[in-house]
Amino acid sequence: MTTDKATGPTRGNRVPGVDWSRIALNVVLPVAGVVFALLLGAGMLLILKANPLAAYASLVRGAVGSRFGLTQTLVKATPLLLVGLGICIAFRANVINIGGEGQIIAGALMSTWFPLFFHTWPGWLLIPATMIVGFIAGAFWGFIPGILKARLNVNEILSTIMLNAIALQLMNLLLQGPLMDPAGVAAHTFLAQSAQLPQAVWLPRLVPRTLLHAGAIVAVVLAVVVYVFLWRTTIGYDIRAVGLNPDAARYSGINVPTFQALSLTLAGGFAGLAGVVEVIGVQHRLLEGLTSGYGFTGIVAALMGSLHPIGLIPASILFGGLLVGADTMQRAAQVPSSLVDALLGLVVLFVSGSALWSRRWASKRRTAEQMDQEGTA
Amino acid sequence: MKSVFSVAVVTGILNTMMGLATPFLYAALGETIAQTSGVVNLGVDGIMLFSAFAAFYATLTTGSLWLGLLAAALVGLLMGLLMSFVSVTLKAEQGVSGIGLYMFGLGMSSLLLKILIGTVKTVVGFPPVPIPLLSDIPVLGPVLFRNSILVYGAFLCVPLVWWLLERTTLGLKIKSVGQNPAAADSLGISVDGIRYVSVCAGAVLAGIAGASLSISLLDLFQDNLTAGQGFIAVALVYFGAWSPVGVLGGALLFSAVNSFQLWVQVLGVKIPASVAVMLPYVLTIAALTVTVNRMRQPAALNKPFERGES
Amino acid sequence: MKGKRFLVAGILMVLLAVGAFAAPFRIAVVMPSATNDMAFSQSMWSALITIQKEMGGESALVLKYSDNMYKVPDAGAAVRDYASQGFDIVIAHGSQYGSSIQEIAPDFPQVTFAWGTDVNTFGLPNVYAYTAAAEQGGYVNGVLAAKLTKSKKIGVTGPVEVGDAKTYIDGFVQGVQSVNPTISISKTWTGSFSDVALMAAAAKTHITNGADVLTGSSQSVVGSIGAAKDAGGVLWFGTQADQASLAPKLVVASQVYDWVGMLKDIIAKHKKGVLGGVSYTLTLENGGLKVAFNPGYKLPASVKAAADAAIKGIASGKIVVQP
Repeated sequence: MTTDKATGPTRGNRVPGVDWSRIALNVVLPVAGVVFALLLGAGMLLILKANPLAAYASLVRGAVGSRFGLTQTLVKATPLLLVGLGICIAFRANVINIGGEGQIIAGALMSTWFPLFFHTWPGWLLIPATMIVGFIAGAFWGFIPGILKARLNVNEILSTIMLNAIALQLMNLLLQGPLMDPAGVAAHTFLAQSAQLPQAVWLPRLVPRTLLHAGAIVAVVLAVVVYVFLWRTTIGYDIRAVGLNPDAARYSGINVPTFQALSLTLAGGFAGLAGVVEVIGVQHRLLEGLTSGYGFTGIVAALMGSLHPIGLIPASILFGGLLVGADTMQRAAQVPSSLVDALLGLVVLFVSGSALWSRRWASKRRTAEQMDQEGTA
Repeated sequence: MKSVFSVAVVTGILNTMMGLATPFLYAALGETIAQTSGVVNLGVDGIMLFSAFAAFYATLTTGSLWLGLLAAALVGLLMGLLMSFVSVTLKAEQGVSGIGLYMFGLGMSSLLLKILIGTVKTVVGFPPVPIPLLSDIPVLGPVLFRNSILVYGAFLCVPLVWWLLERTTLGLKIKSVGQNPAAADSLGISVDGIRYVSVCAGAVLAGIAGASLSISLLDLFQDNLTAGQGFIAVALVYFGAWSPVGVLGGALLFSAVNSFQLWVQVLGVKIPASVAVMLPYVLTIAALTVTVNRMRQPAALNKPFERGES
Repeated sequence: MKGKRFLVAGILMVLLAVGAFAAPFRIAVVMPSATNDMAFSQSMWSALITIQKEMGGESALVLKYSDNMYKVPDAGAAVRDYASQGFDIVIAHGSQYGSSIQEIAPDFPQVTFAWGTDVNTFGLPNVYAYTAAAEQGGYVNGVLAAKLTKSKKIGVTGPVEVGDAKTYIDGFVQGVQSVNPTISISKTWTGSFSDVALMAAAAKTHITNGADVLTGSSQSVVGSIGAAKDAGGVLWFGTQADQASLAPKLVVASQVYDWVGMLKDIIAKHKKGVLGGVSYTLTLENGGLKVAFNPGYKLPASVKAAADAAIKGIASGKIVVQP
């Protein structure tokens, strides 16, 4: 009799959690999905009298064809990666976190107020402190639906959708009042933005004359941390157990609601961190529209990364590149941006559809692993 | 100085509530059917937008409101087929496919507005139809019984959807497919087929929700007309615990509080506008914390079905 | 032969001059909403189209746009892209684009950047800033509204209390109060710039409360106008763009942002080599702000006179409207 939980995560591989053949499929198939969607998009472009080949060429050029484009891709990939990491953790516990928008706002609000309040602190202290409190703020915004689900059985999709709207109004409230830029008040422009944050808290730029900031490195490091957390710690193990088989997990003594709440809290923290890096890395202030829909696109990136923290790194770069390239395509072909949005929607639809094979493959592997487990028991 | 609880204000709140609740009702009831069969469709907002445009454009060009309604239902059906194909046949991760559908609907509706119409125009939408006798009831009569056909239709859908799910064989199949697809499959029910039907039914209702906005309540189409109402509708399904009556309660609660907070602002009560706007969202969560969730969610919700999988 | 060389040189010079003439002027604009939003973005886009027509069409002025750029880093990328393509003028039409302009402008010293609505040119030689004194048109609308309301109740349906939505409405209130301080003005804020249904519900609420004149700001006010139409007999005052087409019998007047004069000035300055450094404000005085009276609405002569007096007063500086 082994002390391993019989239907727990795999132990068979050399590197736990890394399945190379599955990775190959998960790279090939999302790309195939993208291609199919782009074909449909070419049709739409032709109808609008734009040249699809030229348009797509500009898409690629925009994403990776220039120094600025490449850095812009990485700038977009950073919040995608951070939100995606949180989604990853939540998904592993079988919880879908669509509260990303609100959690990003929570992190952004905290990372605006904190450096403005502690503006005398030196950078080496202010930056990490801001990131930590921003993470905590986002985690709090994920904790609320988590605890409501665990204790009061309030469905988390309901509470997160509501909390997204509440966070937005909270940001409006603060931007109209205490957080409004005093310069804007004095000039009677009343712009919906905060004062510029003290330079000490600005994340250093990695490439001059671009927006690429150190947050990108932090995000990659955190991806590795999350991987270690999920596969090398008991808490991570329990989270994954809850996701793979909640009943079995319950029987082996894991408190499922608690771990689901925990995963939502952590997911909120990472989304909050995305808000932090957008504020202190890109904008250097808080302004409306800051979330840029990352709360939703992060979910897409997470899926494209097969819900694996390491897989998320190339996936967020790919998806970030797609977003950046799409904008470049809009400029070059002068098609309405709504065409680009529709195209991206098709891409997401068909990328999510190509998960068919990986899911089937995953279930076959899971059965094989389970048989493995019983064999070694 | 009117108090917020005077008769005139209360009837005003109820009146506005009816209009606000209408799109939520159609969309949420439709989503209830889809989710009862086990499919989550987060793309409802996109369907509403695309259908709203279709209804508006059809009415604008043909002058017929009924053709507009038909166009909305048709576009809803097509979007439903697309969603079914990706989520049921291709077994996609439903949360993500829904987001893609939303982006697609949002983009297409704005794009078509730009290239087919160009600017914001208005149409004459479905007029208010007073129900004889009932609309003469003092106080409540004008509020409840002097609305457009689409508003009445939304409320009519509550018993209709209930009857569909609880009293028909199709409803039984939908529920069994959502609760235990493997068992349903072994009984010869086509799991995928029933899910297609449910998702499409839900999408058609979402389409009508869109039409209710563009050719009945607002009589125009503009970019992002729904401003996220489709997502609220999905949330209301969870609020109502997959029961049409529960969904009605949620839609009414949310719309009534929204109506109420507007009155609070109009009457000059000294609370910040942002706090007032938050009220419907906060109270919806609060309401769920104090009510007991009697129905459990369909066991196979959000899980694509694979014969041979447990 | 000398003569032949001169002839060739002469022909070349003429060709060069013609070439210089023939090379079109290029303007790119980045904006946060759609070009057909009946509000902020539309006002700039229609001004650019007007100028293009006046200059002789696409061969004289090339216009490129990126709309729905509400995601600020993407807007920044768009601005940078257009600048690097060698556009003469890049317009960043949104107050959230300020920090992007501040970062990008120094990298492209040959390009003129114009952004608004704000007054800050960051001390950079190639940045123009522009804003609209929305409170001025608001004041005039307020005077008209105060004179036309029979119920003495006016409703304001606003989105979020920031920017020119706030300044317009503050000016409106001052205008109303200058005529009759006892008129009751109710304000609602929907918390969103795009929620048409909620805006319509807000307008309905004002109307049920007895308001017979409404005003408001943002693209979602099409909902308020619709509610006014449904109620019948409720008048509307608009801002940012001429909204008369939406309710030809009810829209009394709209404050229109006319960017044409300012844009012509910027183009002329750019051609002369002055690439920035000026902060423009649209006012009633310089014609950047216009009050467009709806010809479909019959305005009593005395009321029109009061409005004209207000316009004159503001333009001359006698009336000061506080934003």
